[in-house]
Amino acid sequence: MNLLIGALTIGLVLALLAIGVYISFRIADFADITVEGSLTLGAAVAATLLVAGVPPIWATLAGAVAGSAAGAVTGILHTRFNIHGLLSGILVMTALYSVNLRVMGRSNIPLLSVRNATDYADGLASRLTPSGRPLNVMGWDVATRDAAILLSALGLVAIIAVMLYLFFRTSLGTAMRCTGDNPQMARALGVDTGLMIIITLALSNFLSGLAGALLAQYQGFADVQMGLGMLVWGLASVTIGETLVRTRRLGLAITGAVMGSLLFRLLVAIALRLGLDPNDLKLITAAFVLGALILPGLAAKIRTPKREAPHA
Amino acid sequence: MLEITHLSKTFHAGTRNEVRPLQDVQLNVEAGSFVIVIGTNGSGKSTLLNAVAGAFPPDAGRISLAGHDITRWPEHRRARLIGRVFQNPFSGTAPGISIEENLAMATQRGTRRGLGWALPRSLCREFQERVGDLRMGLEGRLDTEIGSLSGGQRQALTLLMATWRRPELLLLDEHTAALDPRSADNVIRLTQQVISRDNLTTLMVTHSMQQAVHLGDRLIMMHGGRVIHDVQGAEKRNLRANDLLARFDEVRRMEELDPNAAEMLRRTYI
Repeated sequence: MNLLIGALTIGLVLALLAIGVYISFRIADFADITVEGSLTLGAAVAATLLVAGVPPIWATLAGAVAGSAAGAVTGILHTRFNIHGLLSGILVMTALYSVNLRVMGRSNIPLLSVRNATDYADGLASRLTPSGRPLNVMGWDVATRDAAILLSALGLVAIIAVMLYLFFRTSLGTAMRCTGDNPQMARALGVDTGLMIIITLALSNFLSGLAGALLAQYQGFADVQMGLGMLVWGLASVTIGETLVRTRRLGLAITGAVMGSLLFRLLVAIALRLGLDPNDLKLITAAFVLGALILPGLAAKIRTPKREAPHA
Repeated sequence: MLEITHLSKTFHAGTRNEVRPLQDVQLNVEAGSFVIVIGTNGSGKSTLLNAVAGAFPPDAGRISLAGHDITRWPEHRRARLIGRVFQNPFSGTAPGISIEENLAMATQRGTRRGLGWALPRSLCREFQERVGDLRMGLEGRLDTEIGSLSGGQRQALTLLMATWRRPELLLLDEHTAALDPRSADNVIRLTQQVISRDNLTTLMVTHSMQQAVHLGDRLIMMHGGRVIHDVQGAEKRNLRANDLLARFDEVRRMEELDPNAAEMLRRTYI
């Protein structure tokens, strides 16, 4: 049960990353590898500030803002200096590795002994069971603190998802969606498409930085390597989500990304439990995303000749 | 209204692929004038429209529109003054978002976009009325993705979007060339309606001799990056398709003549 709770909590935290990847990859149509650096940057900034005694809420927010700044830099490189999108991301990601080491001063900062965001859940925990006894969920004992953290993460992700949904229905948000969908049309209607890409990447990396800051606090340390493979991880969540909800409509797609992240984390936890070598995890994740990207095309190829035959 | 002076553009300068689609183009368009632009392939007519729309910066020359020197304005800023319909019906609309959201984008052409709702209720009613006027049966399903519509439907909607806020200048770049004849007729009918209703200043590129003869109050013919004929007033009204074909023949003969003439000059003088 504790394994399940832990997997769900990490799944929720990384759902923020998944929503961020959904925003850059699907809404802006931009494969943005900056997230690998900005996730770590968010964790590094938050951890450093926490150790310095800054209240967790501000430290977390600062991590997210640092992430969005990294995204904006990628956007500026791409739109103002005409550097290929993928290359802009790679440049910023590579530079961030050094920045992250500078911010932390070393490669790893432990956070178990400092006050951090998980402590906010204690208030909720004492309200769930004033006696302090473990919670009974369907016959299983669950540590109240873990349950409270899970519920808080769920609440946070829900609030952020709803806010993003509403944001993308505003004039600015719609202009951002149009820019990714058809930049020529957007420009013809007076949208500064370069600026929209910068804002979209800033927003996407804000979420990535936030996910990094929260993940570091949940797992109890920030590490300079923690962003490695996170883009593919996010893509896996987005593609699973799309398979689950079977639509690209905005509200459902965001929900799908969250569900995809939860399901994917759960699958990984089960696979590890069944004896999967953790070293193989990234290979399997990459193979999984590859499959999710090419299977729909293959399926269509197999099906179409039969359907097209009468026309030929 | 629109003043183009000494406008020139060379692409791929200094390479084997060098093309000079605009060479010292001069054009003055009065307010409310509906100008047809014709010409052979590669004559520079689409490039002229793109230069006015701001798709690329010109090498030389000046473009001014409605009292603004827009030569250095980026494309999105010019959109405040210019409405556009493209040749490709898929270029003018965002396929992944709904009809009403596409229309909502058009209602704010050239304005600052903030955090207000993109789709206030009052707009939805107006959308239904004006989409209903297109008589394509789309008013009942404004929430469907625009990508699921046919090229003709999308082009009619693009025209509606380009003119939702009255543009100082309407640019139509062979906007019916990719449509089937019935859809093309419908879009041309809608084009005439909106241009005469709002008295729009218009530049329309076309390959159809029929459209060139029947539409507009002025016609320019381009060749080799220059305006070679400019027909207006009574002369435009009396223009027949055969006159235009004769002019195209003339251009063709000139082209055939050119290499021979050059050869003759070379022999005579060198």
